Amino acid sequence: MNKPTVKILYFARLREELGCGSEDVGLDSGEGNVGALAKRLVSRGGSWQALALDRNVRVAVNQEMADARTSLKAGDEVAFFPPVTGG
Amino acid sequence: MIRVQFEDFDVAAEVARLRAGNPKIGAVASFIGLVRDVNDGSRISSMTLEHYPGMTEKAVAAIVDEARGRWAIIDATVIHRIGALKPMDQIVLVVVAGAHRGDAFAACEFIMDYLKTRAPFWKKEATGGGERWVDARAGDEHAADRWKGPKA
Repeated sequence: MNKPTVKILYFARLREELGCGSEDVGLDSGEGNVGALAKRLVSRGGSWQALALDRNVRVAVNQEMADARTSLKAGDEVAFFPPVTGG
Repeated sequence: MIRVQFEDFDVAAEVARLRAGNPKIGAVASFIGLVRDVNDGSRISSMTLEHYPGMTEKAVAAIVDEARGRWAIIDATVIHRIGALKPMDQIVLVVVAGAHRGDAFAACEFIMDYLKTRAPFWKKEATGGGERWVDARAGDEHAADRWKGPKA
């Protein structure tokens, strides 16, 4: 059975430090929320540890601000980015 | 009206557009954000603004909707530039039209405070020492927090 897949986007400083702007990731069972997904990305080590949700990182799901408890389903767009600095 | 664009904007033209043909408008408040030449002690030669296409427009629309819910305003325009900018360039424009100045002033300031802390834009500055991403400021969070709780 195919894993449900989400599209992940990275912006600004995070995109540069990770060397990655976007990727498709299959969710394993038990990875039904943002917290679990972030934990797996952090486990890649190195620069990916910047995605730990207790660090200075923000998350949006389907273009709405989200947090560790926000649930994920196939086809969702998940974005990780630094605190915003527009205006 | 909300626009995210590379091009510069004409403040007078945007104010004229917002109030055109509406005799109920008695007050127009506007804010223009500009690129400064010095930030955190370093001279800025240029700046690049990145955003999250799609989410930006939704986030700004939600901020304007919230302002409409809090104050009696008639219409609003928000324009934010992206791409390469240099000192003295215009970055952002907020124009709010209402019947009276109190609501127009308050809504304009609210939209700007929320935009700075909730709309997905990021600034990268070029200085003599190279490029650096701008860090979020605690002062901007505090400014936005002022609007929490009962209507100001």
